[in-house]
Amino acid sequence: MLERIQILICGGTGCLSSQSKEIKAKFEETLELMSLKNEVGLVLTGCFGLCEKGPVVIVYPDETFYSHVKVEDVKKICEEHILKGRPVESLMIKNPEDKSRIKNMSQLKFYSKQKRIALRNCGNINPLEIEEYIAKDGYLALGKVLTEMTPQEVVDEMIKSGLRGRGGGGFSTGKKWQFAKNSVSDKKYVICNADEGDPGAFMDRAVLEGDPHSVLEAMAICGYAIGSDQGYIYVRAEYPVAVERLRIAIGQAEQYGLLGNHLFGTDFNFNIDIRLGAGAFVCGEETALIASIEGYRGMPRLKPPFPAVRGLWGKPTNVNNVETFANVPVIYLKGADWFKSIGTEKSSGTKVFALGGKINNTGLVEVPMGTTLREIVFDIGGGIPNKRKFKAIQTGGPSGGCITEKDLDTPIDFENLTALGSMMGSGGMIIMDEDNCMVDVARFYLDFTVDESCGKCTPCREGTKQMLDILNRICDGFGTMEDIDELERLAHMIQETSLCGLGQTAPNPILSTLKHFRHEYIAHVVEHTCPAGVCRELTNFVIDDHCIGCTKCARSCPTNAISGWPKQKHLIDLDLCIRCGACKKACPVNAISSQPLHEEVRS
Amino acid sequence: MKSLEDLKQLRDEALKKMTMRYVKGGIRIQVGMGTCGIASGARPILQSFLEQIQLHELSNVVVTQVGCMGECAYEPMAELIDESGQSFVYCNLTPSMVRDIIEKHIINHEPIEKFQLTAKKG
Repeated sequence: MLERIQILICGGTGCLSSQSKEIKAKFEETLELMSLKNEVGLVLTGCFGLCEKGPVVIVYPDETFYSHVKVEDVKKICEEHILKGRPVESLMIKNPEDKSRIKNMSQLKFYSKQKRIALRNCGNINPLEIEEYIAKDGYLALGKVLTEMTPQEVVDEMIKSGLRGRGGGGFSTGKKWQFAKNSVSDKKYVICNADEGDPGAFMDRAVLEGDPHSVLEAMAICGYAIGSDQGYIYVRAEYPVAVERLRIAIGQAEQYGLLGNHLFGTDFNFNIDIRLGAGAFVCGEETALIASIEGYRGMPRLKPPFPAVRGLWGKPTNVNNVETFANVPVIYLKGADWFKSIGTEKSSGTKVFALGGKINNTGLVEVPMGTTLREIVFDIGGGIPNKRKFKAIQTGGPSGGCITEKDLDTPIDFENLTALGSMMGSGGMIIMDEDNCMVDVARFYLDFTVDESCGKCTPCREGTKQMLDILNRICDGFGTMEDIDELERLAHMIQETSLCGLGQTAPNPILSTLKHFRHEYIAHVVEHTCPAGVCRELTNFVIDDHCIGCTKCARSCPTNAISGWPKQKHLIDLDLCIRCGACKKACPVNAISSQPLHEEVRS
Repeated sequence: MKSLEDLKQLRDEALKKMTMRYVKGGIRIQVGMGTCGIASGARPILQSFLEQIQLHELSNVVVTQVGCMGECAYEPMAELIDESGQSFVYCNLTPSMVRDIIEKHIINHEPIEKFQLTAKKG
């Protein structure tokens, strides 16, 4: 029977870990009991993007958006909404402005400000059924390209579209294809770089999980353009859901003859295999990735020769990122001019960002290039929780830098972010508020790069370790002013002398925090205090005269270190205090802060 | 896959199953499914609407259910809201009446006067 209602349940990794599979099973069971099963469709989709509100369930045709759905809520949804047609208001998202309920998806500001190209099908189709992808014009671009265009026309169209690599570098995809096409060889390869490693970035995973076929289709188009018949997807084994869905997708595409030999009745053949990576950050670098596929240790080598000349097994190879590929089919369906009309002059199209950290709407957003950071953080992201003040955004993960309040109105594109001392990177955005210590943030990212450095070249292997030691010293309260100078000297040296992108960009978090938050470093070294109250050795919480004596801090303190009568100023016993910061979070008037110790003694 | 035509055919076939997800605007049929509606047999009515829509391969129709419409004596009822937003309330429905409504009203755009609440109530 025709399905009058379709229930879409988010099957992204975020929602899967909060029981969306169990929710689907419960729906099946309940609908069976109510004998509604054959008039209601149940679909486990890819990520909807609004991970903060997960697990998310959307009920079509009215696009009713249910957030934080629990297994126990399923019965209510079935009884009220599915059977009687009364949407369950208590599960809808509240409008923060007037406390009314937001009834459907299009009313959510989070979605209305986005423009979804790479994520066009994520959360819209069932990634396990190729038919649903085909229904959304899937593989039509491949068919068009194979039957109506020559390989050179395909490359020209790509150059015209202005699409730039979404993995971080921002190199023109069309030009990359042209280089690979120009290389003469009996065998060429197409590689999809799905080794997503930036802490906090997960857009590639979302695409692979929610719309795997778009990547397969784009790889086949690329194969036709450069003259290759074999593709590899290099994906980390840490993404089991993505790997499983890719395997199923490849199997289905082969069954329909959309991969394999003589596609669309032409002489073009294309096959795709999956290669699993062990999750090393450096394997996101294309030469290291190629070495890893060949079975060697994932270590980068000198460029040139570029992979387009000598890549996998010595043959010309084209490597593109997942998000880049996800944009490709649309460009051939709607034309390069359409794509060019979106975004800015030098950076066309859209970019997916993963919002994380201190922000209300954690999740994935896709916006046209040229959108300002302020729009992303405050309009789409919903601002900072708990009325805290915005401090900085770290873009580009461990290779990027931080951007402060004064640069929030900069339109985002590749050039502008680089000019600000950060970079586009793969699009992770960590938002930080006044409770984040920037020295600690720099230390966190450096700790990551020290772990992930492959060890091939000395500046990266030894230099990053030296920098981490200095940062640890500063955070523990033993830093000196000379340490800060040494840190800067080392940072520039590593930037200039490292072999690959990992080392060249590893000092970026330090340099940009030093540039914008030098006073925090100095506070750590000279005043022996951590203004944000993060570094334990340097934190001394003090209650100032703004205290209204509400007793909230005393009640939240786990060690009973705070004393004081109601409506009188409270006092913290620093010998009992464990610097957990619970009191600071609880204070309604922001009267608790970390102060240099000597001032406390004086007062 | 032999040709582009094959793919387009497959696409149109697959789209039929997903229409509910992409219908925006179009005709909306709301079946009264309060206790009164269910007791007087609204479920078979709802089902025959779905069957007929599938049979005629209509892609611009959404079927939903609503609560009691306040005229319990005339259940089972269904409100049909057409593209222009005009509302027609059909009452005392039977599956054969549903067939007529789909064929005459939705396909040929001729509302059936005698099935409507205004006619029955006089």
